[in-house]
Parts: sequence; structure tokens; C-alpha cells
Amino acid sequence: MGEGDSSALRQLQSGATLVNRYAIQEVIGVGGMGSVYRARDMHFPNVTKLVAVKEMINSAPDPLVRQTIVQNFEREANLLATLNHPSIPRINDYFTIGSRSYLVLDFILGKDMEAIINDTNGFLPEEQTLGWAIELCDVLDFLHKHKPDPIIFRDMKPSNVMINQKGDIILVDFGIAKTFQTGMKGTMIGTEGYSPPEQYRGEATPIADIYALGATIHHALTRRDPRIEPPFSFAERPLRRINPAVSAELEAVINTALEYDPENRFRTAAEMKQALMGVAKKTGALARIKAATSSIGQIDTIKPLWSFKCEDEIRGTSTVLNGTLYVGSYDNNLYALNAADGKFKWKYPTNGGVVSRPAAYDGNVYFGSEDKRLYAVNGISGKEVWTYHAEGPVRSSPRIAEGHVFIGSDNAYMHAVNINTGRLVWRFEATDAVRSTPYVLNELVYVGCESGDFYAVDFRGALKWRFHAKRAITSSATSSDAALFIASLDGMLYALDPRNGWALWRFRLGKASISSPCVVDDIVIVGASDGFIYAVDAHSAKEIWRFRTEHQVNSSPVAYKDSVYCGSVDGNLYCLEYRTGRLRWKFGTEAAITGSPFVYDDIVYVGSTDHRMYALLA
Amino acid sequence: MMKFFDKLFGKKEKAIVRSQDMANTAPLTEEQIQAIVSGQSPHFDMQQLVAGCGQSVGKQRELNEDSIMALTATIAGNSGNLPFGLYLVADGMGGHQFGEIASNAAIRSVSDYIMKRFHPYLFHLKTEMMEEPFQEIMLGAVREAHKVIQREAPGSGTTLTAALVIGQQVTIAHVGDSRAYFVYPDGRLDPITRDHSLVKRLEELGHLAPEEAQNYPHRNVLYRALGQGDFLEPDIFTVAFPQPGYLMICSDGLWGVVAETDIQRSVIEAPTLQRACQNLVTAANVAGGPDNISVVLAQLIG
Repeated sequence: MGEGDSSALRQLQSGATLVNRYAIQEVIGVGGMGSVYRARDMHFPNVTKLVAVKEMINSAPDPLVRQTIVQNFEREANLLATLNHPSIPRINDYFTIGSRSYLVLDFILGKDMEAIINDTNGFLPEEQTLGWAIELCDVLDFLHKHKPDPIIFRDMKPSNVMINQKGDIILVDFGIAKTFQTGMKGTMIGTEGYSPPEQYRGEATPIADIYALGATIHHALTRRDPRIEPPFSFAERPLRRINPAVSAELEAVINTALEYDPENRFRTAAEMKQALMGVAKKTGALARIKAATSSIGQIDTIKPLWSFKCEDEIRGTSTVLNGTLYVGSYDNNLYALNAADGKFKWKYPTNGGVVSRPAAYDGNVYFGSEDKRLYAVNGISGKEVWTYHAEGPVRSSPRIAEGHVFIGSDNAYMHAVNINTGRLVWRFEATDAVRSTPYVLNELVYVGCESGDFYAVDFRGALKWRFHAKRAITSSATSSDAALFIASLDGMLYALDPRNGWALWRFRLGKASISSPCVVDDIVIVGASDGFIYAVDAHSAKEIWRFRTEHQVNSSPVAYKDSVYCGSVDGNLYCLEYRTGRLRWKFGTEAAITGSPFVYDDIVYVGSTDHRMYALLA
Repeated sequence: MMKFFDKLFGKKEKAIVRSQDMANTAPLTEEQIQAIVSGQSPHFDMQQLVAGCGQSVGKQRELNEDSIMALTATIAGNSGNLPFGLYLVADGMGGHQFGEIASNAAIRSVSDYIMKRFHPYLFHLKTEMMEEPFQEIMLGAVREAHKVIQREAPGSGTTLTAALVIGQQVTIAHVGDSRAYFVYPDGRLDPITRDHSLVKRLEELGHLAPEEAQNYPHRNVLYRALGQGDFLEPDIFTVAFPQPGYLMICSDGLWGVVAETDIQRSVIEAPTLQRACQNLVTAANVAGGPDNISVVLAQLIG
């Protein structure tokens, strides 16, 4: 492209004036063919009359294409000039300068629906969305009843719906214009994801607009953008499964609008409006009934098989070996309990909090303490086998592989200790405290540290590669065939190639994470301090579901059979279906759960900072 | 020679040599060298990436609207050498709408974007890890190409199936109905991409039977294409390179024309990848060659 061409594509700068009348103030939108600007109409010098100036740059080299584009532009202008409805912007002017054409429309002070969806935390309230849907039916009805020929909008989607300051909707962008050819490879008119099946074949009818309206409302209520899903897949994302707050009545109306076969949808926009009005009337009354018959009652009836009280908080995770459960407490002890009934067997006192997860191997239990020591204790008698001085508080959990215990310490080293003798074999220097638990895969040991560095070290303690996250890596790695997964306090879940440390993808969590991910069926599940448990596709980094708890999720999720178990600082242990994120049950403890559950033989063991250890049926 | 070993094995090796009788400096035997090398060598062995490609305008079209790109290299690094491959197929959308401009712009723009990111690793002494994950690089490249096409040939569009191979990982970016396959020596031919075509979607939903799909009048309608629409969401994912096996990327001029069993046989029976590609192109032309044909084949050996 020459310089002339690229300057022709440039956006207008603020201060530029078009046809001596419209003083450009700023860009308010960018489309495929040009920008939309806010401008001041200088024909009203004494008042500030704002207008929206929609620009279309015709840079097509082919004269036939150029001509079609100009015709479509003029058609939009002429169409708008004949329409008079409160939800349709009024056109004030249109003109062409060189390769650029402009429409001058009323300026709408507000936001488009897509921006509202994206800027809202959680879901939009049903009443608000319902109100918009009714107004949209109104304007579609007006367009469809246009004489002599009905007008088909053909591109209903959230970004084409503006919500003004009064909360009323205004339909924007009547500029759809693409010729449809069969035989050649082509695309359809409209926007992928929102358009019904028949529109892909080139048919556009009023009933097609009804489908797109259904798709728009579905997007608003679920926050699931249909453009990134396969077309016609709304049935795979039922409204109420994603957003249980939506009423069954509204779901039914939206489902009718989204019927695959146009015959089964509402016949007219007026008919859909009637149905929506019916929902509005009904749900007003329904809200009160719903509160009374909440289904949470059933969920709260989970009773523990047993519980055991320590003298201080349980912040770490337990492990089970040969019918004995081992768990550390902030009261400095490691406890051994009968896994079947929670009966106390013995405890081993250290001089610091035991906050990590013990490892059990070949009859012994290995665990670190904040008293800077790593302990090996006989699993049956609780007698000390050896201790190792790690020179810094141990908050990392031991990992056992190939005759070594690998453990991190706050002295900024990962230690490799001989499992039989308790002697140091080698240690690897990190740049900061190592609180992450080492992970072993294919003869490499992977560990993160508080500076954000993540290391792959071979069995002789030599660095193989290093990866750097922007903030601490406190969580531990896990892996699948696809990759190695780690979460960081920088708010990212990373997928790395375990062989060389190159990043395959990263997924943005809402906030920092110290939760260690788990992988099941190529789904990576991890908690974050924004209170969500996230499930992400291991190959594509696409979010599969997220589940909101009431507080930070520092606990690491554990998958067992078709469920995933995870604690939250809100005090609950959650059991979710791992494929859908649907809540199966939750169990409330008296204080935050920061450790991770351990599942063995259909029993979930979890400790809480309410000082108790609980055993529940999985 | 000793200097070379010192470099290779560091100071420890030197200390051992010195502690021995200096008069007795017989070179290490082959076994000794092998023992040392195998002790030192990384646990993931070095691998070789090879590729071939083929193209034909076909027998019924006058214009070639497909574009391809195959680039194979090695990233030499301190922790070993990594195979690097970039393979692209783009099939421009028909007729007067400048499909060939679109597919060409897609290939050039995507390659440019990706190679700029990898240039320091291929040609400079860069030791810091790359911060940007592969999938984000691919997404950035596709989004950039989308803009370029909208600017250079508005109204036109193209498919794009791109594979970035680093080590044993393949990261795919895909829009449209060109396809990437894994071909296994045991005869399996697994498509790893999903067509963004109306006909495929109707088939997935059960509204069209596979035999109806063959004769569906809107076979060529894509619901996602590079250059089309304001918003583009390519499919992007990372999978392990099949070993043993092949990565194949092709336009519908091949997969829509030649039976799967014939594709699979052509790939496996050919003595070289280049010959396999030629055989595939010939097979499509023998079957009538109704559309442009493009194919890229890659294999990871070792």
C-alpha cells in the first residue's frame, strides 16, 4: 500500500470539521469500514448540539464493489429518513467526500448493550433485560409492519442496541448490505452467532429478527457471547443452567424465539411481546413463592461422618495411608487419626505450625514445619525416623520421587533429601522463598518461588529451564498430556511445555491465585482469590465454566469420579460436577477453609480453620 | 579436542583428567565417550522436523485463489535445539471478490506477525523466555490479517488454517473450511479442525445426513472467514505432534475431492513427504480437479 492509501484510512482527528459544519470531538466506535465520531453541529453556534457521524471508507479497488457499497450507504440513509420511532435514531444529513461517506444521526448519550454486559459484574437483573426485550419487540414490530414492504433489521445483537440515559433502547446500524451468491464461497448477511439458520441460506424474514432478538437476550442473561460458540448452539447452553436467577417463564419465551425451525417461533414480534408481558406479570408474584421454597435446604443437610478437633487452625491438607489420616495443625502437631472414625491415634509435636500437606511413603510420613525442619516419622508409631534442618520455615509440601524427598523452604532453596538417611543430596538456589510444592514429571522437578520464577531442575540439581511470571508462584504445578499448568499471584493460569518452558497459553483469572490446579479429562480446574473456581479447556484455554463462592478460593480443587471438591475462605467445601460446574452439595464449616480436600475411597477429608478435621461421604 | 570436551562437560571433567597420571593421556574410547554423552544428554532427545508441500490450480478453475506457506527451521538454544515450523493454507473466497488477494494477504500478514516474534530466537542470542504464549501470538496474527484483508480487499474473505510447531507442540489457528489432519501410520486420518461451514454445522446438528450434505446447494457457505464481519473468533488450540505420524493441512480442493482412504494411503506409501504431496495433488486432479488444490505435510522424526 502507498502512503496515500494509508492516510486515506486514517481516523479523523478531533478538531477536524466536515463540510464546514460538523466539528469532530472524538471516536465513539470503530467498525469494519470506518469509525463513528461524536461531533458538534456548528450550525447551532449558541447551543451545543451533538451528533453522531458515522463514517464509511470505501477503499475497495474494484469499481463494481465500490458502486455497491455507495448504493448500500444511500439506501441506509433513505431508509432512516422515512422512519419515525422513538427507538430509531433520526438522520439529520448525509454526504460523501472522496472515498468517505458520512451519515449524521442524533447523538445518543448512553452505552451499547454489549458494553453494559461486559462492564457488569455477574448477571444483569431479569427485570432490566425483560424491559429491554419488550422495547425491542416494539421497534421490531414497527419495522416489520412498515408499508409498502416490511423492513427486516437483519443484524440484531447487543452492540447494535444503545441504552440511553433514561434506560430506553435505541436500535442503531441499519447499514447491513452484502450481496449473497450461491455457488461461490460466501458468507451470510448478519452477524454470526445471532443469526438463525435460514439467514445463512440467504433468507431474511421478520421471524429471523425474532431469533436474533432471542439470541441477544440470551447473551445478555448468560454473558455467553454466541459469536464465539458454534452457530445454533443455544440449546446446549440452557439459560437457567448458566444463570439460575432467570425465571422458568422467561427461559421458555427465549427458547421459543430461538427455535431452530422458524415455524416453531413466535409468528410476529407483537406475539413475542405479549409473551414477555405475561412473564413480567407472573414473575412479580413468583419472586415471593421462590424465596420460600428454596432448594438450598436439601444441600445443607450434608452431615459429616466424623469430625476431630485440634487445638488450633488446620490450614493445610491431609493425606491417608493404610487407614490412617495424617494432618498438620497450626498447634504445631502432626496428628494421626483413624480414617474410618476419626479416632485419635497419636500426635507428633514440632516447634512450629504444620501448614503443608504430609507425604506418606513406605510406612513413613514426611512433613515440614515452620520450625524450619523436615520430619520423617513412622506412620504407625509416630516415632521419629530422622529430621532435616531446612534453614528456613517450611511451607512447601514434600514430594517423594526416586528415593528423594524434594521440599522448598523460605531460605530460597529447594532441597533434595535422601529418603532413607535424611541427608541433603543437593539443593537448588531460587531467587526467593520456595513455598510451592515440587512436582516431578519425566525426570525433572518443577518448582515455583515467591519472586515469580518457575524452574525445571533435573535429578542432579541442574537447571534445565526457567519461566518467569510477573508475581509469585506459590501454587504447585500439575500436568496432563497437553502441558504443565501453574497459577500465579499475577492472576494468570499458565500452560507451559514441560520440556522447554515455552508458554502455550495463559488464562486470565479474576485475581491472584495460590491454588494448585487439577486436570481431569483435559479440563484444568483452579481457584482464585476473586472467589471463583474456574474450569478451562487444556488445549484451547477456553473457559468451560466458573463457579462463584462467597470468598477467596485458596484451596486446591481435587477431582474424584465425576465431581470436583474445593474449599473456600467462605467456610464451605463445595462439591461440583466437574464437566458443568453445577453445584452438587456444599458443606459449611465454622471458619475459612484454606487447605485442600483429600478424597480416598469415597470419603472426602477436609480441614478448616475452625480447628476441625471433617470426613464426608463423597 | 580436549578444549571442546572441557566446554562441553565443564570443570568437573577437567579435574578428573588432572588427577590422573598426566603421562597417560590416551584419548577416551568410543564407549567412554558414549557413556559420558548419554549421561549428559537431555532426557528429551533431539528431533528433526521435515515438511513438503504441493499446489495446483485444478482442472476447472482458471485462477488459483489458494495460498500456502511452509517454513521449517531450528531454534538453537542453550537447553537444546528445538524444531520450529510454520505451515499455512488459505483458500480465498470466490469470484470477483478478490479471493486470491485475501488468501495472499492472510499468508503474508500472519507469517510476518509470527516471524517477527520468533526472529530474536532464531537469529539473535536471545536467552530470556518469550513472555507471550503461542496461542496469543496466533490470535494476534489472525486478528491482524483480518484487518489487513478488510483494508486491502473489503468484501472479500479467506479461510486460514495455520500450524505453529515448536518442539513437540503444534498450535493451530483455524478459520473456515480448510482442514488440519493428523495422519497415523496405522491408517487413521483424524481431522483436528472443525469446518466453519453451514453444511458442517447442519450435519453436526443432525439436520442434514452426511449423504445429503454431499449435494447440499449451499455447500460453500462459511459462517466464519478471515476478512468477514467486524468480530472474528478463530479456533486456537495446542496439541502434541503425532509421533509417529504426520500433520497435514489442505484446502477443500483436496479433502472434498479425494476419499479419505486414498489420502491416507498416498501419505503413508510415498517414499518422501514431497512425493506424498505430489501424489495427493495428482489424485485430486484425477478425480476431476474441480477446485484449487493445496496441501502441506509435516513430520517429526526422532
